[in-house]
Amino acid sequence: MKAVGIIFSNIHDNNVPELVRIRTLGSIPFGGRYRLIDFPLSNMVNSGIDTVGIITKSNYQSLIDHVGSGKDWDLARKDGGVIILPPFGDNSSKNLYTSRLEALKGITNFLFRADEDYVVMTDCDSVSRINYNDVIEAHIRNRADITLVYKKCMPDHGAEESAITFDMVDNRIVGINQVAEVSDEKANVFINVFVLKKSLLQNIVMDAISHNKKHFMADVVAGNLKSMKIMGYEHTGFYAGITSLQAFYDSNLALLDENNRHEIFGDRSVFTKIRDSAPTKYGHNAKVVNSMIADGCVIEGEVENSIIFRNVKVARGTKVKNSIIMQNTVLGENCSLNCIIADKNVTITDKKVLSGSENHPFYVGKGIMI
Amino acid sequence: MIRKKKCVAMLLAGGQGSRLYALTNNIAKPAVSFGGKYRIIDFPLSNCVNSGIDTVGVLTQYQPLVLNDYIGNGQPWDLDRAFGGVHILSPYQGKHSSDWYKGTANAIYQNLHFLQQFDPDYVLVLSGDHIYKMNYSIMLNYHRANNADCTIAAINVPIEEASRFGILNTNPDGSIYEFEEKPKKPKSTLASMGIYIFSAKKLYKYLEEDSKNPNSSNDFGKDVLPKMLADGAKMMAYEFKGYWKDVGTVDSLYEANMDLLGDNPVFDVSDTSWKIQSRSPLAPPHYIGDNAKIDNSIIMSGCEIEGTLENSVLASSVIIGKGAVVKNSIIMSDVTIGEGAVVEYSIIDERTVIGKNAKIGNAKAEGKGIALLGRDITVEDGASVIGGTIIDKDVKREDK
Repeated sequence: MKAVGIIFSNIHDNNVPELVRIRTLGSIPFGGRYRLIDFPLSNMVNSGIDTVGIITKSNYQSLIDHVGSGKDWDLARKDGGVIILPPFGDNSSKNLYTSRLEALKGITNFLFRADEDYVVMTDCDSVSRINYNDVIEAHIRNRADITLVYKKCMPDHGAEESAITFDMVDNRIVGINQVAEVSDEKANVFINVFVLKKSLLQNIVMDAISHNKKHFMADVVAGNLKSMKIMGYEHTGFYAGITSLQAFYDSNLALLDENNRHEIFGDRSVFTKIRDSAPTKYGHNAKVVNSMIADGCVIEGEVENSIIFRNVKVARGTKVKNSIIMQNTVLGENCSLNCIIADKNVTITDKKVLSGSENHPFYVGKGIMI
Repeated sequence: MIRKKKCVAMLLAGGQGSRLYALTNNIAKPAVSFGGKYRIIDFPLSNCVNSGIDTVGVLTQYQPLVLNDYIGNGQPWDLDRAFGGVHILSPYQGKHSSDWYKGTANAIYQNLHFLQQFDPDYVLVLSGDHIYKMNYSIMLNYHRANNADCTIAAINVPIEEASRFGILNTNPDGSIYEFEEKPKKPKSTLASMGIYIFSAKKLYKYLEEDSKNPNSSNDFGKDVLPKMLADGAKMMAYEFKGYWKDVGTVDSLYEANMDLLGDNPVFDVSDTSWKIQSRSPLAPPHYIGDNAKIDNSIIMSGCEIEGTLENSVLASSVIIGKGAVVKNSIIMSDVTIGEGAVVEYSIIDERTVIGKNAKIGNAKAEGKGIALLGRDITVEDGASVIGGTIIDKDVKREDK
């Protein structure tokens, strides 16, 4: 069954305010050479979805630069392909959309033009490999109106937005909750993937326009649990929710685990914008333990339990531990970094000592020199 | 306005590269891997693009599949152009004749119609077996300033090596008065780099003449250039000062790879002002495990390293198992080196699998030479390959 994809690049920006100050959630760097949008976008491509609209709201220059024509995802197509959908405003409206439903109102044309029968909608707040075809097939088999993907896990208590969980009977969703208080029980946590018929989505959007509805989950899903068949689909594989800066930190380091790394990258089908960097060079005094290191780096110091992005320089005598160092960052000589998230283009001059802690990493903003 | 190109490059990529043995059994020499992420042809192609030359004909003949696939539509080099761009030119069947390319000059002669559609003023002839970074536009300016018919790039080589090269004997103004192919007693140390710029009209004239000469071997070095010199054409030597390596032999290919290592490498590919573009593999960042030791090496994306690595160049997605040791070696993409295996002074080509506790090569100091393993080979657990041997099929354990 053919489906059209819609990716929301800005929803959940509040999760990691530090990282989205200058970019969308979707363009947050992740895993050494990727950006968060690469995961849902690659899932779409690997599921045979070749028409994808990316809904943006603000700060989306980095996203446009990253996605470009879509050729790196094989989505530079005459027919379909990837299209970035900036907020639609007519001359009278002054405000940008504030909710998922309002964002969808702005892309009625895109939906109208697509000739696919189904829609897969997803956000950029998680790292996982999901075959959306399987979700669509389950959706059809269940004769569902809407299928929502969930993961059985503990809701992230440190999350900036409270998690949405489902009460389910035989995979049918019968109750929707927002988890506010801390509990130690696993729950069916919604991971923001929706499947429904395109015609239904169009009706929902038209109805929302005429009745001024705003919230997809609250107004459309939660209010129609009885009148519509809303099913859950369990994702059993790796899932990392980017629900807070801490979760971003932990999710990156989770890639150092062989099983996680191989599940995400094993089949070499997470696509990303290709930038040509030379291979990484290790000097005579380099020491590296349990780390993921991208191309273009020059490593002359020591790196342990860390994720190092492209074109990072670690000079002699410098020790980097438990840290995430984004691209083009330069670490001078004889520094010591522990539990640091360094954004792009950071410069740390010689002999600096920086430390956060494992449950409170220290963030150094883009372009900062210390 | 009629669209035309000032300069079109013709890249001779049809050579077999027989002195690379197992590395070129199934692929043309320009497609041989280099420096972890590159193939040899990336260097002339990137040089063209960086020099502002956006129209390149790539003349292929020997085992072109990998090369054709690699170049594709030229997009990695920004050579997917509506007017110009990269074109693969393979031998073809014509109405009156169908021939393989008989020599370097004949290859270009058979593709004159390709050149003429761009109506270039100059034609740059390159070969696909050298590693170097060169701005051809400076050479072109030199050619134009001298109003030359042909300019040949040349590099100063040590006098003791000069007899391995084609030597250019020049007047003080840089004009050439004599060619000597591999002279026993060289008069000069200026070696031809196999890079020529021709004024297009002169090139067409000499190629036409050469094609009508039944005694010609249709080669630039042997036939066309000596004929031009004999006719009194203006031929200049353009001296290039920089890194240049002919990687036509296993030893020179090895040396050129090793030149990338060290804190101040002899040859630097990471220089962003002269980027060497290539078709990048789709792989995650490489992973270095808990017990790995890395010293003075180059590693590409996708590798997973649990063993010891010293003075080596690793291409993408190489796996080095626990306790394995790789020293002074060049490992090409998708090679797996089993746990406990020892690899010394070796070149291992793509997708070859080295079994557990296998022993490949001997230390350089032992003087046995480089062990060379071709692509898609399996070396059984515990098997060994002695330094200096060339392997192009599976290796079994001897005691079985």
